[in-house]
Amino acid sequence: MDSGNLALQYLLSGVTKGSIYAVVAIGFNLIYSATGVLNFAQGEFVMLGGMVAVTLAHFAPLPVALTGAVIIVALIGCLLELLFFRNLRRQSVLHLIIITIGLSIVIQEAALHIWDEKVRSLPYFSGNEVSSVKLWGAAISPQVLWVLGTVACTVALLHFFLKYTLQGRAMRACSSQPEAAMLAGINIGNMRTLAFGLSAGLGALAGCVISPITMTHYEMGGPLAIKGFAAAILGGLGNPMAAVAGGLLVGLLEAFSVSRLPAAYNDVTAFLVLLLVLFVRPHGLFGRASAESVREH
Amino acid sequence: MLGKLKGLWPFVAFGVGCVLVHQLLRVTETEYCFTQLTMSLYYSMVVIGLCLLMGYAGQVSLGHGGFFAIGGFTSAILTTFDFSKLKGTSLAAFLKQIHMFVSREDLFGNQVMNVSPWAAFVAAMLVTFVIAALVGYPALRLRGHYLAMATLGFGLIVNKIVLGTSFTGAADGINGVPEWKLGLGLAVSGKSAARVQNYYLACGLVLLLLILLRNLVHSRVGRALQAIHDRETAANALGINTSAYKLKVFILSAMIAAMAGVFFTHYTAGIGPSEAGALKSIRYVALAAAGGMASLWGVTCVSTLLNYLSLRGIFGSYDNAVFGAILILIISLAPEGPFKAVREWILGRKKEECRMQKNKNRLAREVGV
Repeated sequence: MDSGNLALQYLLSGVTKGSIYAVVAIGFNLIYSATGVLNFAQGEFVMLGGMVAVTLAHFAPLPVALTGAVIIVALIGCLLELLFFRNLRRQSVLHLIIITIGLSIVIQEAALHIWDEKVRSLPYFSGNEVSSVKLWGAAISPQVLWVLGTVACTVALLHFFLKYTLQGRAMRACSSQPEAAMLAGINIGNMRTLAFGLSAGLGALAGCVISPITMTHYEMGGPLAIKGFAAAILGGLGNPMAAVAGGLLVGLLEAFSVSRLPAAYNDVTAFLVLLLVLFVRPHGLFGRASAESVREH
Repeated sequence: MLGKLKGLWPFVAFGVGCVLVHQLLRVTETEYCFTQLTMSLYYSMVVIGLCLLMGYAGQVSLGHGGFFAIGGFTSAILTTFDFSKLKGTSLAAFLKQIHMFVSREDLFGNQVMNVSPWAAFVAAMLVTFVIAALVGYPALRLRGHYLAMATLGFGLIVNKIVLGTSFTGAADGINGVPEWKLGLGLAVSGKSAARVQNYYLACGLVLLLLILLRNLVHSRVGRALQAIHDRETAANALGINTSAYKLKVFILSAMIAAMAGVFFTHYTAGIGPSEAGALKSIRYVALAAAGGMASLWGVTCVSTLLNYLSLRGIFGSYDNAVFGAILILIISLAPEGPFKAVREWILGRKKEECRMQKNKNRLAREVGV
């Protein structure tokens, strides 16, 4: 395989992983915009989506299992918001973030006890493990096309939802000016619950679609959340579409780092990106420096 | 004079408590408990340092496991890496003369030449100082939640690097770390004959740390830190150099964690990559919150107790979930710490009773009874 093909292979692998980080980052952005909280349990939603779908796939056809998983995890997201965040508004944002970190640990351990530590995966949506599609000289699994297609559709639908539907515009109003939104008659509490449910559902969908490739296990949520956060920060918090760019970038950087550094360090690359962005340009590539002060001074 | 003595009673109580626990274990012949007790005392040191950072300076750090691991791994690597290749050189002879290198027999009976534990300790402190300064300087300019993420990312980077490098033992960590002779007949070692000695050593170290930090808290520095915690802009306006203070406290708490790591490593004769993991770091934060973030004594008691229970395996397979649940419950219900919440509740009840009594009296007077 010549270097051109190898580069293309890395590119596709990076874009695949990056699209999952993009979905997690979109979830971060949605909740951050609506509530100001960085929901660290975002990665757990992805894990839960995959796990629930695998369980449902035992006694239902695949599309039903997928829909069921997305709906169930979305409901779990709404439930979390109702239990922990609706009545705790008087807490500082930092406290709420620490609560989400605790939540992610509890969800992880609950998943360990409900399912077990085995690695699971959904069946391939089309074809199987050895089928491959040739794309400009690189061989990829058809599942990769499913991942890219699903994420692209999701992003497009979300964009449409946020821009053109009433609920979507209400959510955007909620995030930019909560008091004005309340005056306009928008129920802020319900919008927040909707934001949580929506990001949980999106995460679950991503978890389902990536499951045949990267497998699903109870510990996958943590690193995913941090890389998704890195992607969200890289794109600039508050802008869900920029999160997509951020996610793809993080995925690409990680994939190309495998070509230079030992494979064990590919996680380190993503975390380094996080630190670099926070230290050097905290408002991200597409954010405005003054908008939301990330620095104290 | 009496006032000063009054201030000393917690330290005396702590000392007495340590001796009582020792006697209890001796009487019930459960002296094997000393091991986990000593380990949890070392973990508590990290939490106390974190308490200084979180409770007094108001900065969240989710990466203190990383500093613990840096301290532990530096001293572990230096005291187990065989420098025998340098045996003939004058450099080696010189270093041996100033007692930086020692020759000893390792677990397998081979003659090796390592760095002496004291020199390794100093090296670990220096490395931690540099890393904490490098990470802290840009990180402490960030706002609360971004600082939390940055420190979490730092801890994870340390974890992954240690996990992926064979030089640091990869997933197995480093074993066979020799004991550390402190002089005066004391030695930090895992030998069961030295169990009691090491227990008192750990107690003494914690006591020393508490005395030092209490003095820090009750000084100008402590008041400046509280000002920074309350309202940073106002503190800045008063002329307090907030960024310098925050950085210094960060470095101090990192070095305390690293020191605990060095002692821990010599006590358990080894260290593993999980010490740098996110779960451990979050556990430290949970314990600092559960002890009452600004209460050094609360933190010591809660942290020692919970770490001990966790090491004994009482929580079983729910170990991590318990600490996650503690974190959620404490932060959502009693963010100032449970002791303060309980005290306020008791005081609130007292006030309520007082008020009801006053109302009754007033009513009685008006009726003319």
